[in-house]
Amino acid sequence: MTEILGIPTAVLFGQLLLGIINGSFYALLSLGLAVIFGLLKIINFAHGAMYMLGAMVTVIMFDVMGVNYWVALLAAPLVVGCFGVAIEYFLLRRIGGQDHIYSLLLTFGVALMIQGILTNIYGVSGMRYAMPDVFKGGFRLDFMYLPYYRAWVICVALVVCFGTWFVIEKTKLGAYLRAGTEDSQLMQGFGINVPLLVSLTYGFGVMLAAFAGVLAAPIYSVNPVMGSNILIVVFAVVVIGGMGSIAGAIITGLLMGVIEGLTKVVYPEFSSAVIFLVMVIVLLIRPSGLFGKEA
Amino acid sequence: MSNSDNQTELQKTMLGQLKASQRKKMIFNLVVLALLILAPAVIYATFLMKILCFALFAVAFNLLLGFTGLLSFGHAAFLAAGGYTTGYLLSSYSGLTTEMGIIAGTAAATVLGLLFAIVAIRRQGIYFAMITLALAQLLYFVFVQAPFTGGEDGLHGVPRGHLFGLIDLENNVAMYYFVLAVFLGGYLLVQRIVNSPYGQVLNAIKQNEPRAVSLGYNVDRYKIIAFVISAGLAGLAGSMKTVVFQLASLNDAHWHMSGEVILMTLLGGTGTLLGPVVGATFVVNLEYQLSQGPLGDWVDPILGAIFVITVIAFRSGIVGEVQKFVKKNLN
Repeated sequence: MTEILGIPTAVLFGQLLLGIINGSFYALLSLGLAVIFGLLKIINFAHGAMYMLGAMVTVIMFDVMGVNYWVALLAAPLVVGCFGVAIEYFLLRRIGGQDHIYSLLLTFGVALMIQGILTNIYGVSGMRYAMPDVFKGGFRLDFMYLPYYRAWVICVALVVCFGTWFVIEKTKLGAYLRAGTEDSQLMQGFGINVPLLVSLTYGFGVMLAAFAGVLAAPIYSVNPVMGSNILIVVFAVVVIGGMGSIAGAIITGLLMGVIEGLTKVVYPEFSSAVIFLVMVIVLLIRPSGLFGKEA
Repeated sequence: MSNSDNQTELQKTMLGQLKASQRKKMIFNLVVLALLILAPAVIYATFLMKILCFALFAVAFNLLLGFTGLLSFGHAAFLAAGGYTTGYLLSSYSGLTTEMGIIAGTAAATVLGLLFAIVAIRRQGIYFAMITLALAQLLYFVFVQAPFTGGEDGLHGVPRGHLFGLIDLENNVAMYYFVLAVFLGGYLLVQRIVNSPYGQVLNAIKQNEPRAVSLGYNVDRYKIIAFVISAGLAGLAGSMKTVVFQLASLNDAHWHMSGEVILMTLLGGTGTLLGPVVGATFVVNLEYQLSQGPLGDWVDPILGAIFVITVIAFRSGIVGEVQKFVKKNLN
């Protein structure tokens, strides 16, 4: 068996793959946070709960109505996205003019509610979601085994991330969004319906989280608390990358996944803490984050 | 001539009013103190001690949120650091008197607070909240794996020991008065800080940070000191809690606890001294009442709903709203 630095390559590449998968989830989630932050200037504490809802809705739709994976991939984010728009419309909008700390606390309260209610109904033990038949098996490469589903997750996550980047940076709708980020009052003056744009933006960010949830359903344990721990990691990722750029959020997400995966090879006990440590180092050296603009 | 007479007259009445309001305050304080001293005769002492520990925790937290404008989402780390340190020391070294263990716990939390502050102070606003949350999560992993915390099981059967080697704290009444004294000490300390020139600078930072910078204040240093004091007092609360309940567990280090102290402070009234105490009393009571009834499993959703309602409907909290009401109707 070939080795690199005394580590079998199969183990190394296996963890690297897991790292890239985790990184894809970090990228999707931090992308959603960045999109919401851009226009609303708030941190969506309910983001983890939305990710969890995406996965839970997928499982529940399958159990109750037999909805298959491909339909869920579209339907679950739509359902959760509508829920997000409702939260924006009925709750967040009411405290628009207040300190942003309050909207953070509001979304935290919403997350506690969603998570608590679902825990009471479904318990914390986790539900299983059967892998679609298409994805059974995998590629047998020279140096490692790559299951089809994991390859699919990486590809689709990259496509969605790139698509979001493209829409925001290269299209007219994206130009509205970016203009709103700079000066939403002036935009309103130009006759653009800013409140609607805000609702849709929040809904879209939430949809990204829910989409990540659907992707996660076949490979992770689906339970009501699955969102809370990953959210804190994603916060660290966001602090590391800075929320100034869309591309920055994606790259940082993938990078942190890889670092976490590699740490698992070298020093497994430390792997859950390494991203937080990277955050501390980045803050000490470059407080505005790797891709951040302002200090 | 008559003008100056008028002035002295005016000064006299104003002075009189000031004295009257001071007297009212004094009476109020004495009544509250008397109630606190007599309380264990009516209410179960352990329950009161739980409230006092959380009240001290919330008062410490409010020094940051209410009086400096910094939202820390990682205060559970200090509560747990104090609790674990005290618990480990008192369990391992039987020669140690209780107050030594508590001082050590407070010191550990203070040092930790300094480390957190140096890192977190580099960003403002919501970034500050996210960083403190991430740091607390880092520490949570440390507590899960460290040899001295008992991992998932936590520390059990921590001896209460003897205060100053003299007073047996196994006696619940003695324990209560000790907790009460520590709470009052912490409360008065925060009150003193808030009303000092230093507290005024903190207020200036809260109102308008760039302006405080331009006035020549070393804002970062002020913030770090406030953070360290707050962390130390939170650690003290954790130490006391460990001694009272004779256990320390991972619950204290979880982000859920950081959220709970925010709720206590917000609900009671940020930026008021009494608010966090009222909020802590309310939340501890609510959790107890719920756990007794059929809604025992619904604590989290209910806390979440209170969060949402408080943020939307009354951001100044219970004490803040009462103060507004009094100002509007009684003056």
